[in-house]
Amino acid sequence: MATRTARDVTSTTAAQVKGLTKRFGSRVVLDGLDLDIARGEFVALLGRSGSGKSTLLRVLAGLDRDTSGDLRVDGTVAVAFQEPRLVPWKRVLGNVTLGLRVPAPVAAADTALAEVGLTERRDVWPLTLSGGEAQRVSLARALVRDPDLLLLDEPFSALDALTRINVHRLVLDLWERHRPGVLLVTHDVDEALLLADRVLVLDDGRIAHQSEVALPRPRERDHPELVELRSVLLTRLGVALEGSK
Amino acid sequence: MSTSSVDIARPATRARPRLPALPRPRLGLRAVSPPALLILWQVASSTGLLSDRLLPAPATVARTAATLTADGTLGDAVAVSLQRALIGFALGAAAGLALALAAGLSRAGEGLLDPPLQMLRALPLFGLIPLFILWFGIGETPKVILVAFGVLFPIYLNTYAGIRGVDAKLAEVGRVLQLGRIALIRHIVLPGALPQALVGLRQSLGVAWLALIVAEQINASKGLGFMINDAREFLRVDIVVLGLLVYAVLGLATDALVRLAERRALSWRRGLLGT
Repeated sequence: MATRTARDVTSTTAAQVKGLTKRFGSRVVLDGLDLDIARGEFVALLGRSGSGKSTLLRVLAGLDRDTSGDLRVDGTVAVAFQEPRLVPWKRVLGNVTLGLRVPAPVAAADTALAEVGLTERRDVWPLTLSGGEAQRVSLARALVRDPDLLLLDEPFSALDALTRINVHRLVLDLWERHRPGVLLVTHDVDEALLLADRVLVLDDGRIAHQSEVALPRPRERDHPELVELRSVLLTRLGVALEGSK
Repeated sequence: MSTSSVDIARPATRARPRLPALPRPRLGLRAVSPPALLILWQVASSTGLLSDRLLPAPATVARTAATLTADGTLGDAVAVSLQRALIGFALGAAAGLALALAAGLSRAGEGLLDPPLQMLRALPLFGLIPLFILWFGIGETPKVILVAFGVLFPIYLNTYAGIRGVDAKLAEVGRVLQLGRIALIRHIVLPGALPQALVGLRQSLGVAWLALIVAEQINASKGLGFMINDAREFLRVDIVVLGLLVYAVLGLATDALVRLAERRALSWRRGLLGT
């Protein structure tokens, strides 16, 4: 796998956020947040539950419009949610082509399904898929739109450990091939360190910390640099160090 | 089934994927008891245990059926009743569906339509008969309107609830995939509402037959209800029993049709039920 980090290959931004503020009633969830995601950059966003990381993703996805501050998202945005959210009454292929406006949607969808290794499942109902398969369809549905910004909202958290490793590889592979800007929301520090160019910690509605991860991929979990970064991030997240592996 | 329109018209529990049903007894076993009952009935009648004036023997009813079929009485009566049920059902279902779409798909529609419909729903269906007779006379119209009125509410309530119950998470998917309003309705909202709408369809068919039977007891000069009433005058219990059986068969047949439609339209759910 290539060893590039995003900074070398990108010049344009996929998303730019300045002073973003989001309130739910009197509670301030995002408080003047700044964030740039470059095209082709893989960014992971960590935060305790309730820290507003999913809210940020929803704002970027255009699902939460009631905000203040500047928000610029260039090009196409695609989202893979925590649950795959496949439309149960459309077969796998129909889910991938849903809302797809390209000259040959079926051919494009077939290519995307081949990329996630599900060609033979194209005509089945989503309810017959396993969790990993459904999540891969969800990724195919996102990638077939050739997004400039891919938003991943904890899409691996419901997968079993082995499936998760495979889907991690798949996501990196697809990212290498399509080079969208990626924002991965996760609560798994190891996942962030294995995948991302840059790991952010969201706290009190702002980016409280960021770590660059300049290691080539695929990465070893127990690489000394990652071990060190992990303890830094865990401390930032307020987790006692004996809690780390 | 309860005869109160309020009960019938309440939307049933949402058609969620169910747990697999208990294994059915073997078909062979299920096929034993109905014929056994029939034989028991025939034997009780033949031995005089069961008076012919209370309940005529199955053979008698079958002979009556053959006679009335041969002279066209039964066919004509069924045709008339079926026509009333179909026209009434079509009117009520079309109105219920249109109202449900208007109320389900727009806030303004909901605000304007739902309150009066909820009020009308509280009226007892069969209590309206005197009013309908005053308004529409004693011809076909009050019977058809009564059926339509009974059908309207289960269709409306279930379709409306189905539309409003569509998973908000899927609606978000539609927005993320840049579906326009029409596409969202077509691909997400209507298919999502379909299971509940079909529940409404089945309920409404039950109401349709019930409303028809009641309407036909009053001032009918043709149709199954008239045939039954006429037979009562002449103490022809066999014809009364035959009429009831025909009603039952018609009800079962329409229900089977909806089940078939359900199985086709909702085949995507079958994966979960293990078929």
